[in-house]
Amino acid sequence: MTRFNAFALLKNALNGHKGWTEQWPDSQPKKEYDVIIVGAGGHGLGAAYYLAKQHGITNVAVIDKGWLGGGNTGRNTTIIRSNYLYDESARLFDHAVDLWENLSQELNYNVMYSRRGVLMLAHNVHDVQSFTRHIHANRLNGVDNRWLTPQECKDYCPPLNISANARYPVMGGALQERAGTARHDAVAWGYARGAAERGVDIIQNCAVTAIRRNADGSVAGVETAKGFIKAKKVAVSAAGHTSTVMQTADVRLPLESYPLQALVSEPVKPIFPCVVMSNAVHAYISQSDKGELVIGSGTDQYTSYSQRGGLPLIEHTVAAITEVFPIFNRMRMLRKWGGIVDVTPDRSAIISKTPVQGLYVNCGWGTGGFKATPGAAHTFAWTVAKDEPHPINAPFTMERFRTGRLIDEAAAAAVAH
Amino acid sequence: MLLIHCPHCEETLPEAEFAYAGQAHIVRPADPMSQTDEQWEEFLFIRENAKGAHYERWRHLHGCGRFFNAVRDTVSDRFLTTYPSGTPRPDLSTLTEGKA
Repeated sequence: MTRFNAFALLKNALNGHKGWTEQWPDSQPKKEYDVIIVGAGGHGLGAAYYLAKQHGITNVAVIDKGWLGGGNTGRNTTIIRSNYLYDESARLFDHAVDLWENLSQELNYNVMYSRRGVLMLAHNVHDVQSFTRHIHANRLNGVDNRWLTPQECKDYCPPLNISANARYPVMGGALQERAGTARHDAVAWGYARGAAERGVDIIQNCAVTAIRRNADGSVAGVETAKGFIKAKKVAVSAAGHTSTVMQTADVRLPLESYPLQALVSEPVKPIFPCVVMSNAVHAYISQSDKGELVIGSGTDQYTSYSQRGGLPLIEHTVAAITEVFPIFNRMRMLRKWGGIVDVTPDRSAIISKTPVQGLYVNCGWGTGGFKATPGAAHTFAWTVAKDEPHPINAPFTMERFRTGRLIDEAAAAAVAH
Repeated sequence: MLLIHCPHCEETLPEAEFAYAGQAHIVRPADPMSQTDEQWEEFLFIRENAKGAHYERWRHLHGCGRFFNAVRDTVSDRFLTTYPSGTPRPDLSTLTEGKA
Protein backbone atom coordinates (compact mmCIF):
# COMPACT_ATOMS: atom_id res chain seq x y z
CA MET A 1 0.00 0.00 0.00
CA THR A 2 1.32 3.43 -0.94
CA ARG A 3 2.33 5.56 2.01
CA PHE A 4 1.08 9.11 1.53
CA ASN A 5 3.85 11.71 1.65
CA ALA A 6 5.31 14.52 -0.42
CA PHE A 7 7.70 12.18 -2.22
CA ALA A 8 4.89 9.81 -3.28
CA LEU A 9 2.82 12.76 -4.45
CA LEU A 10 5.69 14.13 -6.53
CA LYS A 11 6.51 10.72 -8.02
CA ASN A 12 2.90 10.13 -9.01
CA ALA A 13 2.51 13.66 -10.34
CA LEU A 14 5.36 12.89 -12.77
CA ASN A 15 3.67 9.60 -13.77
CA GLY A 16 0.29 11.18 -14.51
CA HIS A 17 -1.12 9.82 -11.21
CA LYS A 18 -1.31 6.29 -12.61
CA GLY A 19 0.73 4.72 -9.82
CA TRP A 20 -1.73 5.05 -6.93
CA THR A 21 -2.88 1.70 -5.57
CA GLU A 22 -6.31 0.99 -4.11
CA GLN A 23 -6.57 1.94 -0.46
CA TRP A 24 -8.31 -1.22 0.68
CA PRO A 25 -9.57 -4.29 -1.17
CA ASP A 26 -13.29 -5.04 -1.38
CA SER A 27 -13.06 -8.39 0.43
CA GLN A 28 -15.23 -11.48 0.23
CA PRO A 29 -16.00 -13.28 3.48
CA LYS A 30 -13.80 -16.13 4.67
CA LYS A 31 -15.36 -19.09 6.50
CA GLU A 32 -14.19 -18.05 9.93
CA TYR A 33 -12.80 -15.06 11.82
CA ASP A 34 -11.51 -14.37 15.32
CA VAL A 35 -13.62 -11.24 15.49
CA ILE A 36 -16.50 -10.05 13.31
CA ILE A 37 -17.48 -6.40 13.65
CA VAL A 38 -21.00 -5.57 12.48
CA GLY A 39 -21.13 -2.08 10.99
CA ALA A 40 -18.44 -0.39 8.88
CA GLY A 41 -18.79 3.13 10.21
CA GLY A 42 -16.05 5.09 11.93
CA HIS A 43 -16.62 3.26 15.23
CA GLY A 44 -16.54 -0.24 13.69
CA LEU A 45 -13.61 0.38 11.35
CA GLY A 46 -11.74 2.15 14.13
CA ALA A 47 -12.27 -0.82 16.44
CA ALA A 48 -10.89 -3.14 13.74
CA TYR A 49 -7.88 -0.86 13.34
CA TYR A 50 -7.08 -0.83 17.08
CA LEU A 51 -7.70 -4.60 17.38
CA ALA A 52 -5.07 -5.16 14.69
CA LYS A 53 -2.64 -2.44 15.72
CA GLN A 54 -2.72 -2.60 19.52
CA HIS A 55 -3.95 -6.10 20.30
CA GLY A 56 -2.43 -8.07 17.41
CA ILE A 57 -5.80 -9.53 16.39
CA THR A 58 -5.79 -9.37 12.61
CA ASN A 59 -8.15 -12.20 11.61
CA VAL A 60 -11.01 -9.69 11.69
CA ALA A 61 -13.88 -8.84 9.35
CA VAL A 62 -15.90 -5.64 9.33
CA ILE A 63 -19.26 -6.31 7.69
CA ASP A 64 -21.77 -3.69 6.55
CA LYS A 65 -25.17 -3.90 4.88
CA GLY A 66 -24.32 -0.87 2.75
CA TRP A 67 -21.10 0.85 1.82
CA LEU A 68 -18.31 1.82 4.18
CA GLY A 69 -19.01 5.03 6.06
CA GLY A 70 -22.45 5.37 4.42
CA GLY A 71 -24.46 5.53 7.63
CA ASN A 72 -24.19 8.10 10.37
CA THR A 73 -20.43 8.46 9.80
CA GLY A 74 -21.19 10.25 6.54
CA ARG A 75 -24.33 12.02 7.81
CA ASN A 76 -23.24 13.89 10.92
CA THR A 77 -22.22 17.55 11.21
CA THR A 78 -18.58 16.63 12.03
CA ILE A 79 -18.36 18.48 15.35
CA ILE A 80 -15.77 17.39 17.92
CA ARG A 81 -15.85 18.54 21.56
CA SER A 82 -15.54 17.07 25.04
CA ASN A 83 -17.21 19.60 27.37
CA TYR A 84 -19.54 17.09 29.03
CA LEU A 85 -20.64 17.57 32.62
CA TYR A 86 -20.12 14.21 34.28
CA ASP A 87 -16.72 12.72 35.09
CA GLU A 88 -17.37 9.52 33.14
CA SER A 89 -18.38 11.36 29.97
CA ALA A 90 -15.60 13.94 30.26
CA ARG A 91 -13.02 11.15 30.47
CA LEU A 92 -14.45 9.28 27.49
CA PHE A 93 -14.85 12.29 25.19
CA ASP A 94 -11.56 13.89 26.21
CA HIS A 95 -9.84 10.58 25.50
CA ALA A 96 -11.34 10.85 22.02
CA VAL A 97 -10.09 14.43 21.58
CA ASP A 98 -6.60 13.31 22.65
CA LEU A 99 -6.70 10.72 19.86
CA TRP A 100 -8.20 13.19 17.35
CA GLU A 101 -5.23 15.50 17.79
CA ASN A 102 -2.79 13.02 16.35
CA LEU A 103 -5.13 10.96 14.18
CA SER A 104 -3.92 12.18 10.79
CA GLN A 105 -0.31 11.26 11.67
CA GLU A 106 -1.40 7.98 13.27
CA LEU A 107 -3.33 6.90 10.17
CA ASN A 108 -1.10 8.59 7.57
CA TYR A 109 -4.40 9.97 6.30
CA ASN A 110 -5.53 13.57 6.46
CA VAL A 111 -8.72 13.59 8.51
CA MET A 112 -8.67 17.40 8.43
CA TYR A 113 -9.05 17.77 12.18
CA SER A 114 -9.46 21.48 12.73
CA ARG A 115 -9.25 23.00 16.22
CA ARG A 116 -11.51 25.89 15.43
CA GLY A 117 -13.27 26.04 18.78
CA VAL A 118 -16.88 25.35 19.80
CA LEU A 119 -18.78 28.29 21.28
CA MET A 120 -22.00 27.62 23.22
CA LEU A 121 -24.19 30.69 23.54
CA ALA A 122 -26.06 31.61 26.71
CA HIS A 123 -29.33 33.49 26.15
CA ASN A 124 -30.81 33.67 29.64
CA VAL A 125 -29.84 33.59 33.30
CA HIS A 126 -30.34 29.85 33.53
CA ASP A 127 -27.98 29.29 30.58
CA VAL A 128 -25.37 31.52 32.23
CA GLN A 129 -25.57 29.63 35.52
CA SER A 130 -25.59 26.17 33.99
CA PHE A 131 -22.74 26.94 31.56
CA THR A 132 -20.67 28.40 34.38
CA ARG A 133 -21.21 25.19 36.29
CA HIS A 134 -20.16 23.23 33.20
CA ILE A 135 -17.01 25.29 32.85
CA HIS A 136 -16.02 24.62 36.47
CA ALA A 137 -16.81 20.91 36.19
CA ASN A 138 -14.86 20.66 32.93
CA ARG A 139 -11.82 22.42 34.33
CA LEU A 140 -11.76 20.14 37.36
CA ASN A 141 -11.69 17.26 34.89
CA GLY A 142 -8.88 18.80 32.87
CA VAL A 143 -11.18 19.66 29.96
CA ASP A 144 -10.60 23.13 28.59
CA ASN A 145 -13.60 25.45 28.64
CA ARG A 146 -13.86 29.16 29.44
CA TRP A 147 -16.39 31.95 29.70
CA LEU A 148 -16.65 34.73 27.10
CA THR A 149 -18.53 38.01 27.44
CA PRO A 150 -20.91 38.94 24.60
CA GLN A 151 -18.27 41.20 23.04
CA GLU A 152 -15.65 38.44 23.29
CA CYS A 153 -18.15 36.09 21.61
CA LYS A 154 -18.56 38.61 18.79
CA ASP A 155 -14.78 38.96 18.45
CA TYR A 156 -14.42 35.20 18.28
CA CYS A 157 -17.30 34.78 15.83
CA PRO A 158 -17.92 38.02 13.87
CA PRO A 159 -21.19 36.99 12.12
CA LEU A 160 -22.86 36.71 15.53
CA ASN A 161 -25.71 39.10 16.38
CA ILE A 162 -25.13 40.36 19.93
CA SER A 163 -27.62 43.23 19.73
CA ALA A 164 -29.46 43.81 23.00
CA ASN A 165 -32.67 44.01 20.96
CA ALA A 166 -32.35 40.46 19.63
CA ARG A 167 -35.22 38.13 20.37
CA TYR A 168 -32.73 35.88 22.17
CA PRO A 169 -29.95 38.24 23.35
CA VAL A 170 -26.47 36.76 23.75
CA MET A 171 -25.48 37.00 27.43
CA GLY A 172 -22.14 35.29 26.96
CA GLY A 173 -20.78 31.95 25.91
CA ALA A 174 -18.73 28.92 26.91
CA LEU A 175 -15.79 28.32 24.60
CA GLN A 176 -13.88 25.08 24.21
CA GLU A 177 -10.90 25.99 22.07
CA ARG A 178 -9.63 22.45 21.68
CA ALA A 179 -12.91 21.44 20.07
CA GLY A 180 -13.52 21.70 16.33
CA THR A 181 -14.37 19.66 13.27
CA ALA A 182 -12.93 16.88 11.09
CA ARG A 183 -13.68 15.44 7.67
CA HIS A 184 -16.03 12.59 8.59
CA ASP A 185 -15.56 10.46 5.44
CA ALA A 186 -11.79 10.62 5.80
CA VAL A 187 -12.08 9.17 9.31
CA ALA A 188 -13.83 6.07 7.96
CA TRP A 189 -11.45 5.84 4.98
CA GLY A 190 -8.34 6.33 7.09
CA TYR A 191 -9.35 3.65 9.59
CA ALA A 192 -10.41 1.30 6.76
CA ARG A 193 -7.05 1.73 5.03
CA GLY A 194 -5.10 1.25 8.25
CA ALA A 195 -7.12 -1.84 9.21
CA ALA A 196 -6.95 -3.41 5.73
CA GLU A 197 -3.18 -2.85 5.67
CA ARG A 198 -2.95 -5.04 8.78
CA GLY A 199 -5.06 -7.83 7.29
CA VAL A 200 -8.62 -6.89 8.26
CA ASP A 201 -11.31 -7.85 5.69
CA ILE A 202 -13.84 -5.11 4.92
CA ILE A 203 -16.99 -6.68 3.50
CA GLN A 204 -19.55 -4.26 2.08
CA ASN A 205 -23.09 -4.73 0.79
CA CYS A 206 -23.56 -7.81 2.95
CA ALA A 207 -26.30 -7.45 5.57
CA VAL A 208 -25.90 -9.34 8.82
CA THR A 209 -29.35 -10.87 9.26
CA ALA A 210 -28.83 -12.66 12.57
CA ILE A 211 -26.33 -13.54 15.25
CA ARG A 212 -26.15 -17.30 15.77
CA ARG A 213 -25.38 -18.84 19.17
CA ASN A 214 -23.95 -22.20 20.23
CA ALA A 215 -25.88 -24.67 22.39
CA ASP A 216 -24.01 -23.36 25.46
CA GLY A 217 -25.28 -19.85 24.70
CA SER A 218 -21.98 -18.41 23.48
CA VAL A 219 -21.68 -16.68 20.15
CA ALA A 220 -21.17 -18.90 17.08
CA GLY A 221 -21.06 -16.42 14.25
CA VAL A 222 -23.31 -14.37 12.02
CA GLU A 223 -25.85 -15.17 9.33
CA THR A 224 -25.35 -12.83 6.41
CA ALA A 225 -26.62 -12.20 2.89
CA LYS A 226 -23.52 -14.17 1.78
CA GLY A 227 -24.11 -17.11 4.11
CA PHE A 228 -23.03 -18.08 7.61
CA ILE A 229 -19.66 -16.84 8.87
CA LYS A 230 -18.18 -18.40 11.96
CA ALA A 231 -16.63 -16.17 14.61
CA LYS A 232 -15.11 -16.51 18.07
CA LYS A 233 -16.30 -13.01 18.95
CA VAL A 234 -18.90 -10.69 17.47
CA ALA A 235 -18.79 -6.95 18.12
CA VAL A 236 -21.86 -4.96 17.11
CA SER A 237 -21.42 -1.29 16.23
CA ALA A 238 -24.50 -0.73 14.08
CA ALA A 239 -25.90 2.60 15.36
CA GLY A 240 -29.65 2.88 14.68
CA HIS A 241 -29.92 -0.79 13.73
CA THR A 242 -28.13 -2.15 16.80
CA SER A 243 -31.30 -3.21 18.61
CA THR A 244 -32.63 -5.17 15.61
CA VAL A 245 -29.31 -7.01 15.23
CA MET A 246 -28.91 -7.67 18.96
CA GLN A 247 -32.45 -8.97 19.27
CA THR A 248 -31.50 -11.92 17.08
CA ALA A 249 -29.12 -12.97 19.89
CA ASP A 250 -31.90 -12.46 22.49
CA VAL A 251 -30.18 -9.38 23.90
CA ARG A 252 -32.61 -6.54 24.44
CA LEU A 253 -31.14 -3.08 24.77
CA PRO A 254 -32.61 0.16 26.12
CA LEU A 255 -32.47 1.84 22.71
CA GLU A 256 -34.88 3.73 20.52
CA SER A 257 -34.03 4.78 16.96
CA TYR A 258 -34.88 8.29 15.83
CA PRO A 259 -34.13 10.21 12.63
CA LEU A 260 -31.63 13.02 13.20
CA GLN A 261 -31.57 15.65 10.50
CA ALA A 262 -28.96 18.05 9.16
CA LEU A 263 -28.69 20.39 6.21
CA VAL A 264 -26.09 22.35 4.25
CA SER A 265 -26.21 25.63 2.36
CA GLU A 266 -24.69 26.47 -0.98
CA PRO A 267 -20.91 26.95 -0.65
CA VAL A 268 -19.72 30.49 0.06
CA LYS A 269 -16.37 32.12 0.84
CA PRO A 270 -14.99 31.65 4.38
CA ILE A 271 -17.12 33.67 6.77
CA PHE A 272 -17.66 31.46 9.77
CA PRO A 273 -14.45 30.72 11.73
CA CYS A 274 -15.72 28.40 14.46
CA VAL A 275 -18.59 26.19 15.57
CA VAL A 276 -21.52 27.86 17.34
CA MET A 277 -24.19 26.06 19.32
CA SER A 278 -27.18 27.65 20.95
CA ASN A 279 -29.39 25.38 23.02
CA ALA A 280 -32.09 27.89 23.81
CA VAL A 281 -32.91 28.55 20.17
CA HIS A 282 -31.55 25.20 18.97
CA ALA A 283 -29.06 26.44 16.41
CA TYR A 284 -25.96 24.46 15.61
CA ILE A 285 -23.71 25.72 12.82
CA SER A 286 -20.22 25.65 11.30
CA GLN A 287 -18.70 26.11 7.84
CA SER A 288 -17.06 23.27 5.98
CA ASP A 289 -13.75 23.68 4.15
CA LYS A 290 -15.76 23.43 0.94
CA GLY A 291 -17.64 26.55 2.03
CA GLU A 292 -21.06 25.13 2.89
CA LEU A 293 -22.70 26.15 6.12
CA VAL A 294 -23.26 22.87 7.95
CA ILE A 295 -26.34 23.08 10.14
CA GLY A 296 -27.39 20.48 12.66
CA SER A 297 -31.10 20.05 13.26
CA GLY A 298 -32.73 17.84 15.86
CA THR A 299 -34.28 14.43 16.16
CA ASP A 300 -37.87 13.97 15.05
CA GLN A 301 -40.27 13.30 17.88
CA TYR A 302 -41.16 9.80 16.68
CA THR A 303 -39.00 6.68 16.27
CA SER A 304 -38.28 5.78 12.66
CA TYR A 305 -35.88 3.97 10.33
CA SER A 306 -36.73 6.17 7.33
CA GLN A 307 -33.42 8.17 7.14
CA ARG A 308 -35.50 11.20 6.11
CA GLY A 309 -37.30 12.98 8.93
CA GLY A 310 -39.94 15.67 8.61
CA LEU A 311 -39.82 19.26 7.40
CA PRO A 312 -41.28 20.97 10.51
CA LEU A 313 -37.95 20.39 12.24
CA ILE A 314 -36.01 21.98 9.39
CA GLU A 315 -38.26 25.04 9.48
CA HIS A 316 -37.63 25.35 13.23
CA THR A 317 -33.86 25.01 12.77
CA VAL A 318 -33.59 27.53 9.97
CA ALA A 319 -35.70 30.01 11.96
CA ALA A 320 -33.25 29.69 14.85
CA ILE A 321 -30.21 30.16 12.61
CA THR A 322 -31.56 33.31 10.98
CA GLU A 323 -32.46 34.69 14.42
CA VAL A 324 -28.92 34.36 15.77
CA PHE A 325 -27.22 35.08 12.41
CA PRO A 326 -29.43 37.53 10.47
CA ILE A 327 -26.59 37.74 7.94
CA PHE A 328 -27.62 34.27 6.68
CA ASN A 329 -31.28 34.99 6.05
CA ARG A 330 -30.90 35.05 2.25
CA MET A 331 -28.70 31.94 2.19
CA ARG A 332 -30.04 29.09 0.05
CA MET A 333 -29.97 25.58 1.42
CA LEU A 334 -28.66 22.89 -0.91
CA ARG A 335 -29.83 19.67 0.69
CA LYS A 336 -31.02 18.05 3.87
CA TRP A 337 -30.86 14.46 5.05
CA GLY A 338 -31.43 12.21 8.01
CA GLY A 339 -29.54 9.48 9.81
CA ILE A 340 -30.97 6.94 12.25
CA VAL A 341 -29.53 7.39 15.72
CA ASP A 342 -29.95 5.00 18.66
CA VAL A 343 -30.85 6.88 21.81
CA THR A 344 -30.50 5.55 25.37
CA PRO A 345 -32.72 6.70 28.24
CA ASP A 346 -29.83 8.59 29.94
CA ARG A 347 -28.34 9.84 26.62
CA SER A 348 -25.00 8.19 27.34
CA ALA A 349 -23.48 5.49 25.19
CA ILE A 350 -23.10 1.78 25.91
CA ILE A 351 -19.68 0.17 25.30
CA SER A 352 -20.12 -3.13 26.97
CA LYS A 353 -19.90 -6.87 27.26
CA THR A 354 -23.28 -8.58 27.03
CA PRO A 355 -24.86 -11.56 28.80
CA VAL A 356 -23.90 -13.61 25.71
CA GLN A 357 -20.32 -14.92 25.90
CA GLY A 358 -18.28 -13.49 23.01
CA LEU A 359 -20.82 -10.80 22.07
CA TYR A 360 -19.98 -7.12 22.59
CA VAL A 361 -21.83 -3.93 21.80
CA ASN A 362 -20.92 -0.29 21.14
CA CYS A 363 -24.13 1.70 20.77
CA GLY A 364 -26.44 4.33 22.18
CA TRP A 365 -24.43 7.28 20.89
CA GLY A 366 -27.65 9.05 20.07
CA THR A 367 -27.04 12.40 18.44
CA GLY A 368 -23.36 12.68 19.42
CA GLY A 369 -21.34 9.71 18.23
CA PHE A 370 -18.99 11.23 15.68
CA LYS A 371 -16.89 13.22 18.16
CA ALA A 372 -16.26 10.05 20.14
CA THR A 373 -15.14 7.93 17.17
CA PRO A 374 -11.46 7.35 18.04
CA GLY A 375 -12.11 7.05 21.78
CA ALA A 376 -15.05 4.70 21.37
CA ALA A 377 -13.20 2.58 18.81
CA HIS A 378 -10.09 2.39 20.99
CA THR A 379 -11.89 1.38 24.20
CA PHE A 380 -14.27 -0.95 22.35
CA ALA A 381 -11.32 -2.78 20.75
CA TRP A 382 -9.80 -3.15 24.24
CA THR A 383 -13.09 -4.54 25.60
CA VAL A 384 -13.36 -7.08 22.77
CA ALA A 385 -9.70 -8.12 22.85
CA LYS A 386 -9.38 -8.55 26.62
CA ASP A 387 -13.00 -9.54 27.36
CA GLU A 388 -13.08 -6.79 29.96
CA PRO A 389 -13.76 -3.05 29.74
CA HIS A 390 -11.05 -0.41 29.50
CA PRO A 391 -11.17 1.78 32.66
CA ILE A 392 -12.56 4.63 30.55
CA ASN A 393 -15.57 2.71 29.25
CA ALA A 394 -16.13 0.63 32.40
CA PRO A 395 -19.04 2.85 33.60
CA PHE A 396 -20.77 2.61 30.20
CA THR A 397 -22.24 -0.85 30.72
CA MET A 398 -25.67 -2.03 29.66
CA GLU A 399 -26.28 -3.21 33.25
CA ARG A 400 -26.49 0.38 34.51
CA PHE A 401 -30.15 0.49 33.49
CA ARG A 402 -30.80 -2.34 35.93
CA THR A 403 -28.63 -1.13 38.79
CA GLY A 404 -29.72 2.49 38.40
CA ARG A 405 -26.13 3.74 38.06
CA LEU A 406 -27.05 6.00 35.13
CA ILE A 407 -24.74 8.58 33.54
CA ASP A 408 -27.49 11.10 33.19
CA GLU A 409 -26.29 13.36 30.42
CA ALA A 410 -29.96 13.56 29.38
CA ALA A 411 -30.39 16.21 32.02
CA ALA A 412 -26.80 17.43 32.16
CA ALA A 413 -25.38 17.57 28.64
CA ALA A 414 -24.61 21.04 27.55
CA VAL A 415 -26.95 20.44 24.66
CA ALA A 416 -28.64 18.41 22.36
CA HIS A 417 -25.37 16.52 21.94
CA MET B 1 -44.90 16.16 7.61
CA LEU B 2 -46.98 13.26 8.87
CA LEU B 3 -50.75 13.39 8.52
CA ILE B 4 -52.34 11.84 11.57
CA HIS B 5 -55.92 10.76 12.10
CA CYS B 6 -57.26 11.60 15.57
CA PRO B 7 -59.81 8.90 16.47
CA HIS B 8 -61.51 11.26 18.91
CA CYS B 9 -61.89 14.26 16.59
CA GLU B 10 -62.39 12.01 13.53
CA GLU B 11 -60.11 14.33 11.55
CA THR B 12 -56.80 13.87 9.71
CA LEU B 13 -54.47 16.69 10.70
CA PRO B 14 -50.79 17.71 10.38
CA GLU B 15 -48.13 16.29 12.70
CA ALA B 16 -47.52 19.73 14.24
CA GLU B 17 -50.80 19.35 16.20
CA PHE B 18 -49.63 16.12 17.83
CA ALA B 19 -47.08 15.00 20.38
CA TYR B 20 -45.48 11.57 20.21
CA ALA B 21 -45.73 9.68 23.49
CA GLY B 22 -43.70 6.50 23.02
CA GLN B 23 -44.53 2.82 22.77
CA ALA B 24 -48.15 1.82 23.48
CA HIS B 25 -49.60 -1.01 25.54
CA ILE B 26 -46.98 -0.86 28.30
CA VAL B 27 -48.80 -1.98 31.41
CA ARG B 28 -47.88 -0.47 34.78
CA PRO B 29 -47.16 -3.17 37.36
CA ALA B 30 -50.18 -3.82 39.55
CA ASP B 31 -47.99 -4.37 42.60
CA PRO B 32 -44.89 -2.16 42.23
CA MET B 33 -43.33 -3.29 45.51
CA SER B 34 -43.03 -6.88 44.30
CA GLN B 35 -41.09 -6.00 41.15
CA THR B 36 -37.48 -7.14 40.71
CA ASP B 37 -34.72 -4.92 39.29
CA GLU B 38 -35.01 -6.85 36.02
CA GLN B 39 -38.74 -6.11 35.82
CA TRP B 40 -38.19 -2.43 36.54
CA GLU B 41 -35.52 -2.23 33.86
CA GLU B 42 -37.93 -3.83 31.40
CA PHE B 43 -40.78 -1.51 32.37
CA LEU B 44 -38.80 1.72 32.44
CA PHE B 45 -36.18 1.35 29.75
CA ILE B 46 -36.55 -1.58 27.35
CA ARG B 47 -38.60 -0.79 24.24
CA GLU B 48 -39.55 -2.75 21.12
CA ASN B 49 -37.89 -0.22 18.79
CA ALA B 50 -39.64 -2.15 16.02
CA LYS B 51 -38.46 -1.85 12.43
CA GLY B 52 -41.85 -2.16 10.74
CA ALA B 53 -45.27 -2.03 12.41
CA HIS B 54 -44.97 -0.16 15.69
CA TYR B 55 -47.70 0.27 18.32
CA GLU B 56 -47.32 3.76 19.73
CA ARG B 57 -49.09 6.52 21.63
CA TRP B 58 -49.80 10.00 20.37
CA ARG B 59 -51.51 12.96 22.00
CA HIS B 60 -53.62 15.44 20.08
CA LEU B 61 -51.87 18.23 21.97
CA HIS B 62 -53.17 21.24 20.04
CA GLY B 63 -56.61 19.76 19.47
CA CYS B 64 -58.74 17.72 21.81
CA GLY B 65 -55.73 17.10 24.08
CA ARG B 66 -56.49 13.39 24.36
CA PHE B 67 -54.17 10.41 24.04
CA PHE B 68 -54.74 7.68 21.48
CA ASN B 69 -52.84 4.74 20.02
CA ALA B 70 -51.55 4.21 16.52
CA VAL B 71 -49.89 1.56 14.41
CA ARG B 72 -47.22 3.07 12.18
CA ASP B 73 -44.71 1.46 9.83
CA THR B 74 -41.38 2.84 11.06
CA VAL B 75 -39.72 2.21 7.68
CA SER B 76 -42.20 4.13 5.51
CA ASP B 77 -43.62 6.30 8.35
CA ARG B 78 -47.15 5.48 7.11
CA PHE B 79 -49.91 5.09 9.67
CA LEU B 80 -51.74 1.77 9.39
CA THR B 81 -54.44 2.79 11.85
CA THR B 82 -55.21 4.88 14.92
CA TYR B 83 -57.55 3.82 17.74
CA PRO B 84 -58.59 5.07 21.19
CA SER B 85 -56.45 4.20 24.23
CA GLY B 86 -57.83 1.33 26.25
CA THR B 87 -59.02 -0.67 23.28
CA PRO B 88 -57.14 -3.88 22.43
CA ARG B 89 -54.31 -4.05 19.89
CA PRO B 90 -55.69 -4.29 16.37
CA ASP B 91 -54.79 -7.42 14.44
CA LEU B 92 -51.91 -6.52 12.11
CA SER B 93 -53.08 -8.89 9.38
CA THR B 94 -56.32 -6.92 8.95
CA LEU B 95 -54.57 -3.59 8.48
CA THR B 96 -53.77 -2.24 5.06
CA GLU B 97 -51.11 0.35 4.56
CA GLY B 98 -52.21 3.88 3.76
CA LYS B 99 -55.31 4.14 5.89
CA ALA B 100 -54.96 7.21 8.06
